[in-house]
Amino acid sequence: MAAIETFYDVIRRQGVTRRSFTKFCSLTAASLGMGPIGAAKIANALETKERTPVIWMHGLECTCCSESFIRSAHPLVKDVVLSMISLDYDDTIMAAAGHQAEAILQETKEKYKGKYILAVEGNPPLNEGGMFCIDGGKPFVEKLKWMAEDAMAIIAWGACASWGCVQAAKPNPTQATPIDKVIHDKPIIKVPGCPPIAEVMTGVVTYITTFGRLPELDRQGRPNMFYSQRIHDKCYRRPHFDAGQFVEQWDDESARKGHCLYKMGCKGPTTYNACSTVRWNGGVSFPIQSGHGCIGCSEDGFWDKGPFYERLTNIHQFGVEKNADEIGLAAAGVVGAAVVTHAAATAVKRIVSKNNDHSA
Amino acid sequence: MTDISRIDVADSHGERVVSQPTVYVYEAPVRLWHWLNALAILVLIVTGYLIGSPLPTVAGEASQHFVMGYIRFAHFTAGQIMAVGFLLRGYWAFMGNEHSRQIYYVPVWRASFWKELAHEIRWYAFLEKAPKKYVGHNPLAQTAMFAMYTLMSAFMIVTGFALYSEGEGADSWEAKLFGWVFYIWPNSQEVHTWHHLGMYVIVTFIIIHIYAAVREDIMSRQSIISSMVSGERHFKDGA
Repeated sequence: MAAIETFYDVIRRQGVTRRSFTKFCSLTAASLGMGPIGAAKIANALETKERTPVIWMHGLECTCCSESFIRSAHPLVKDVVLSMISLDYDDTIMAAAGHQAEAILQETKEKYKGKYILAVEGNPPLNEGGMFCIDGGKPFVEKLKWMAEDAMAIIAWGACASWGCVQAAKPNPTQATPIDKVIHDKPIIKVPGCPPIAEVMTGVVTYITTFGRLPELDRQGRPNMFYSQRIHDKCYRRPHFDAGQFVEQWDDESARKGHCLYKMGCKGPTTYNACSTVRWNGGVSFPIQSGHGCIGCSEDGFWDKGPFYERLTNIHQFGVEKNADEIGLAAAGVVGAAVVTHAAATAVKRIVSKNNDHSA
Repeated sequence: MTDISRIDVADSHGERVVSQPTVYVYEAPVRLWHWLNALAILVLIVTGYLIGSPLPTVAGEASQHFVMGYIRFAHFTAGQIMAVGFLLRGYWAFMGNEHSRQIYYVPVWRASFWKELAHEIRWYAFLEKAPKKYVGHNPLAQTAMFAMYTLMSAFMIVTGFALYSEGEGADSWEAKLFGWVFYIWPNSQEVHTWHHLGMYVIVTFIIIHIYAAVREDIMSRQSIISSMVSGERHFKDGA
């Protein structure tokens, strides 16, 4: 492993002089009203505090989270990886390989016990003793549990680690299982999405390394700052929804005018994510802006909440795929027919018994 | 015709014979609640269906219309009225007469309940010549009322407020009180689906409810429909 790099080292490497550094410490201490020794304390902290070590592991996944992460614009991913955190292990992008790479895990575990962040992309399959995902000669689930033991916190990247995603969609043959169902004794932050937005990923990392703790999480373990509102709540097409202007077909007038995609199966009303505010690729666009509904990729089991292009979700319990309207109308129809039949039978019975009374 | 000597008037608590042919059953708050609730549910069903399957697109500028907005407003308002009504009706179960408590339980521990339930099923299967008369609900009606109305309403109110809390925000009282629904179904699309299916249970209930009320009004020689207006139950062959 490389020599421990402190924040001071990084600051100097970025071309900041020692003089500017001490001025920064004095100004910060003065503005925070910290008293005469404050400046020295800040300088000492920055000179000795190590960059937070991050171990980035990959289970069953497609690497779309990594692909997204490396495209972050604010902050640039190079600043995150080279200056803010110490990305000590990431088998997809690291130079080391084989035993050399695996040795880093052991070393981090011992040296930074309880101090490193375990970022997990993908999830462990539990079926057949975990043999559907072998990493370094061992089932991934074992490696995950082993590294989680001494971690400060765990980041569950993407829909895979947070919910299970496509490999956990029915019938889930490998029994792919989200991180929080495997690790129970560590703080876990879910950053769902398939993939999550690049700036959301780096934003979460920035927060944790800056404050040394997890950001405020919602009921489901997602950071509130990015996942507390639905796509629908901040969608720029929302006025068309409220007005009742919907795209009914992909090539109709409403599609050209950019009306609401609700009827085309947009899952924006049930999807918590920051797409409609942060957007993608440096704020260029997001699915709805490109004319396609949201598929709800940051939600639990979104593959099984299809179809993507209809508002009402299919229900599979009835053998063939039916939605709530089809099932409900069928049930109401059967009961309605039964009521009519019963009423007819009642009338017939009454006439017959009346005739009997007369004849008697 | 029905043999007058066979009429035995019983209430839900057994076979106690009521001598007078007219009994005050439904107190004013119950009747008021019934009709307000019926209206609210009608609005909820129509608007709820239109939220799931919206009306055709309206032309013109978005600023000129608020179609979906009004539909949702009507749905939320009717939902709030139904919820408040549900609470007040629950309060009245404690304050009102014994009939006001009937829809909140099914007396499965009572042997007579099962006997009368079996009789009621046979009556609807045309196997009994004459129905028994009840001051309140008959056992079959009580069971249907409890399962398909009371429990379903509670389910719809809870899931409805949980869905409403999504728009109100994570720090709203709705989210604090009903947000736990998303522990059960983390994806709110699933809550939508259950809420939607719940509507059809209530639609089915309404079909049975109205049919049974009309039929019993005619067949069992006692007032049913007008009782929910006047509060009094007349036994047409009595005394």
